[in-house]
Amino acid sequence: MSARLLEVRDLRTHFFNRGTVAKAVDGVSFHVDAGEMLALVGESGCGKSVTAYSLLRLIADPPGKIVGGEILFEGHDLMKLSDDEMRRLRGDRIAMIFQDPMSSLNPVFTIGAQIAESVLVHRGGTKAAALSRAVELLDLVGIPDSRRRIDEYPHRLSGGMRQRAVIAMALACEPKLLIADEPTTALDVTIQAQVLALISELKQRLGMGVIMITHDLGVVAQHAQRVAVMYAGKIVEQAAVADLFSRPLHPYTKGLLASIPRQGASGGRLNEIPGMVPSLLAMPRGCSFAPRCPKAVDRCTHHVPSLADISPLHPVSCFVAQQEAKL
Amino acid sequence: MRPLLSVTELKVHFPVRHGLVRAVDNVSLEVGSAETVGLVGESGCGKTTLGKAILRLVKPTAGSIRLAGTEIADMSRALLRPLRREMQMIFQDPQASLNPRQTVASIIEEPMIVHNIGTRTERREKVAWLMAKVGMRPDASGRYPHEFSGGQRQRIGIARALALNPKLIVCDEPVSALDVSVRAQVINLLEDLKREFELSYLFISHDLSVVEHVSDRIAVMYLGRIVETAEGSSLWKRPLHPYTQALISAVPVPDPTAVSRRVVLQGDLPSPLNPPTGCRFHTRCPYATELCRQSEPQLRRVDAAHQMACHYLPDERHTN
Repeated sequence: MSARLLEVRDLRTHFFNRGTVAKAVDGVSFHVDAGEMLALVGESGCGKSVTAYSLLRLIADPPGKIVGGEILFEGHDLMKLSDDEMRRLRGDRIAMIFQDPMSSLNPVFTIGAQIAESVLVHRGGTKAAALSRAVELLDLVGIPDSRRRIDEYPHRLSGGMRQRAVIAMALACEPKLLIADEPTTALDVTIQAQVLALISELKQRLGMGVIMITHDLGVVAQHAQRVAVMYAGKIVEQAAVADLFSRPLHPYTKGLLASIPRQGASGGRLNEIPGMVPSLLAMPRGCSFAPRCPKAVDRCTHHVPSLADISPLHPVSCFVAQQEAKL
Repeated sequence: MRPLLSVTELKVHFPVRHGLVRAVDNVSLEVGSAETVGLVGESGCGKTTLGKAILRLVKPTAGSIRLAGTEIADMSRALLRPLRREMQMIFQDPQASLNPRQTVASIIEEPMIVHNIGTRTERREKVAWLMAKVGMRPDASGRYPHEFSGGQRQRIGIARALALNPKLIVCDEPVSALDVSVRAQVINLLEDLKREFELSYLFISHDLSVVEHVSDRIAVMYLGRIVETAEGSSLWKRPLHPYTQALISAVPVPDPTAVSRRVVLQGDLPSPLNPPTGCRFHTRCPYATELCRQSEPQLRRVDAAHQMACHYLPDERHTN
């Protein structure tokens, strides 16, 4: 039994603007164990990034606010920490990697100085010691010639190298939890393969829990152990990866899996999910997927389904799927 | 049958301060009538430059581009103008390729105004017809691009590309900016339109699974060169060039039971400013030999539907 690292219960992050409320994250619950990768999948606007930012309390207030829920990290509720305690946690016990490496690196400082800063802030010690730690970290993430590279500025590195430098920075204090928000979307496939292999290997070696935010179901299948599918601010299905791909239950998950082109099966029409994701400001009544759902029944347009377990480890929020499972 | 588009030994070089960027270097390619040719490669391999050169949006340095038999590589702008109707482009980012201050109807109408086609009424009728073809509601015509989602915006771009009844459309990453569920809608639309209007597509993308799905034939580019071409399905089943093999194996398969036989390439794409000598791939190739470092392999025919540029066939290679 691995240790429960993070437990999120009924998280709600809403954005308030000119009298309107956008419920970007609306009652999300999940957990991450040490040494496992949880994938958070969904399309743009489903709330997966806002969920990640909420965990680190990085939501700009105003307009955003975490209006409810608990974020238990190693048993402590992060919502109850002071800003100062939270700041000490970020980059130390919990680290985050963003999609675009260039925007998380400062262009006027060297790579080494930026990695060393994280070490100095959280661990103290001398500057020389922090720099030699930076060299170790660059070796760890596979940047060749690390001793020379620490003196380079970000623009001198290629995209893949920059993302490695950002990963090195995130790992500087050996975090327990790594949150990766679309870390490879900006990279080419051969570089993506290198970076994902690196994250998986480090997860194993350091026993980190990883939350991988992605829209790429291929990345999920190849790297994650469990997956939560988000739609319009809610988790609609959660399962072990093998289970989700072999037995998807929610019509949205089924639609997503059927809409990706498969290798070696060229031609033919792709499955379409009709329509588009509803605006957070104009959510349909009832199940938010109902207007696009091929299986929607009358009840779906009036009541919001809850995330009920069909099998103990495979909860799904769909009246129809829940009904079918009972039969 | 004569191909609709025939590109021979095309070069596009850009002079920069310290030398010459060989973005496209000796590329030959054909696109038949009502055929989709996929062009894959990683960023910086020259695929977009090749697409733009074919439309004469950038000037080719050398080589030949024939559109329905007419040489256009060195044609003057004035002579080229009427031919531009035959070839259109769909861009990656519909947000950036649509004028935010024009309404949908005026965006789609504009190519017809530029080419002096029809009366105002006829043009408006055509706009309504095109909007229906790409699956947009007629009441969208007076609205502006920002009022639409990414998928809807891409439909506007497609309607604009169709306005002049082109024969060839260069699609540059047309679905890369779209979400998975919407991507399927746009891919299906492109396929329906191809069938209805007998269009030919040059479909440029870094996403191999999408390219495989839409293409009759696929060309793989690496550092300004085509390294392999094949019928769509045979490229997946039997990739021959080491780069194609690595590229295909790097694509994460959406199936957790798939056995990963990943060939993780070392290093990054070299700069096209100073491409490696010999075979351009030898710096990252697990099988490179002395011959590869010295002499550049030419594209050669392996069987009827398959060409590649490597000195060795797969069973002649040995890992270093």
